[in-house]
Amino acid sequence: MEQFTGKVWLLGDDIDTDIIIPTEYLALKTVGDMAPYGFSPLRPELASQIKPGDIIVAGKNFGCGSSREQAPEVIKALGVRAVIARSYARIFFRNAINNGLLLIENDTLCNDVKEGDEITVNVGESIEYNGKTYPISALPDNLLDILEAGGLVKAMQKLNGIIK
Amino acid sequence: MGMTIAEKIIARAAGAEAVRAGEIHTVTLDYLMSNDGTTHLTIDMYNKLRNPRIADKEKLVWIVDHNVPCDSPKTAASQKKMRDFARDNGITFYEGEGVCHQIMCEKHVVPGQLIFGADSHTCAYGALGAFGTGVGCTDYLYGMVTGGSWVMVPETLRFNLTGKLADRVTARDLILTIIGMIGANGANYHAMEFVGDGMKNLTMSDRISICNLCVEAGAKTALMEVDDITLAYLEEHGGRKPAACFKSDDDAVFEKTFDIDLSTIVPVVAKPHFVDNLAPVDEVKGVKINEAFLGSCNNGRIEDLRLGASIIKGHKVADKVRFLVVPASQEVYRQALREGLLDIFMEAGAMIMNPNCSVCWGSCQGVIGAGEVLISTGTRNFKGRAGDKNSFVYLGSAATVAASAIAGEIVSPYTY
Repeated sequence: MEQFTGKVWLLGDDIDTDIIIPTEYLALKTVGDMAPYGFSPLRPELASQIKPGDIIVAGKNFGCGSSREQAPEVIKALGVRAVIARSYARIFFRNAINNGLLLIENDTLCNDVKEGDEITVNVGESIEYNGKTYPISALPDNLLDILEAGGLVKAMQKLNGIIK
Repeated sequence: MGMTIAEKIIARAAGAEAVRAGEIHTVTLDYLMSNDGTTHLTIDMYNKLRNPRIADKEKLVWIVDHNVPCDSPKTAASQKKMRDFARDNGITFYEGEGVCHQIMCEKHVVPGQLIFGADSHTCAYGALGAFGTGVGCTDYLYGMVTGGSWVMVPETLRFNLTGKLADRVTARDLILTIIGMIGANGANYHAMEFVGDGMKNLTMSDRISICNLCVEAGAKTALMEVDDITLAYLEEHGGRKPAACFKSDDDAVFEKTFDIDLSTIVPVVAKPHFVDNLAPVDEVKGVKINEAFLGSCNNGRIEDLRLGASIIKGHKVADKVRFLVVPASQEVYRQALREGLLDIFMEAGAMIMNPNCSVCWGSCQGVIGAGEVLISTGTRNFKGRAGDKNSFVYLGSAATVAASAIAGEIVSPYTY
């Protein structure tokens, strides 16, 4: 079982795709160019504060709104190791898995955890924080395969070798 | 045990006798719609494949509608990429013709189909009895290359509609009311099915408006039964024939059923910055506006323009207020021209724009500045959606928008 520890950035409910990456930056050439503007309508400084390996914890309906795939891509480009939320909007959920971004559902961690604290994730099993253990469920096998390959395109490569 | 409409459409697409909510199935897609929001990203990924191929180019429909006409060298480059690829690969391509979902409804979608669109409001196609759902460009690429995908069969929330909407109360007020009632994730992963006696009092325009906005409650798709109104629309739009007309079985399983009497619906707005932040229009009366927008895949149809024109006729847009009127397609634009509606709007001081997504997605037209307020028939009011991150978007019906444009502040659609 994979385990990692990271620092928490705490966000609220209904973090929408226009907050994750506003429309005006979608025309930038690469996701790397967009990343500094991630979450800017809500917290302009956040993108520069997030360090590789950090973890985003949020409330319900994370990623609601547009189908723009730049949303999970920007989060990944910022180096976020995983997002832990009470629930996800479905298009964002698919897009995140397809881009190899780990999403974890947990109902209570967002109420307990303080921003800046560290948590430990035992993938598919539990989260440890402040001496307390929060159970999490494992993703279905077909989604895990995509995630482990690093996204759907890479999983396609593994499956039928059609990627260069 | 019977099946819902959603289950029947997925069963058809999976070549299965029966499917049940919660199961994951491999399906063949009937259409794959993509627009200039993300198609350039799909093309970039496609070009990195070894020996890439398109499974069935007849299934692809590409529509430039988000930045039309182009507003910067950057979008010009991404649209050129899309245009060239479509030409080289024989993909059906529209540019400047209208908002993608309106074009799909006018020209392509037929009942019974399963359609992926690289745009969240693809659920609009439920108005025609088709299962439309939004996906990102990686899922789109997979469908483009394989002709199929995987889907989880959704549970269904059923809305039983009775009665008739009051004068100047619109389908937009109805669906905003429903989203306010169940919340912005109230239908997450679910299908929303609309049935009942009240359906006969809803036009195709109303139905598209209802289904289109269901994603704002998190829905995977929205679905309606095919009736005479649907068939007449298909006949008038190219004489299209259904692939299959489905109704939910009497013993189908619904997670929940809501009964809604259309006559009880009142004019409402969604306040900043969430679509489920609902209030009766009267509660926000007096909020000063800087801009009003009548258009989008939700409310840019001829019925919306007629309603807006009927209210603004003989009045003027308030001083220092911009009123943008954006027909959802060339068909709508030309019909409005023939009916003299555009004259009425221009006489009142409105700006008539070419068919496109406009300020609804806050990029190429009518973007608002810091501290400004927009009253809009667009689809979303997220923070920064229409421009500056410190601006404010209220969502309402065509009637509320037109009346507010005259008043210079949010007012009831009955004011004029």
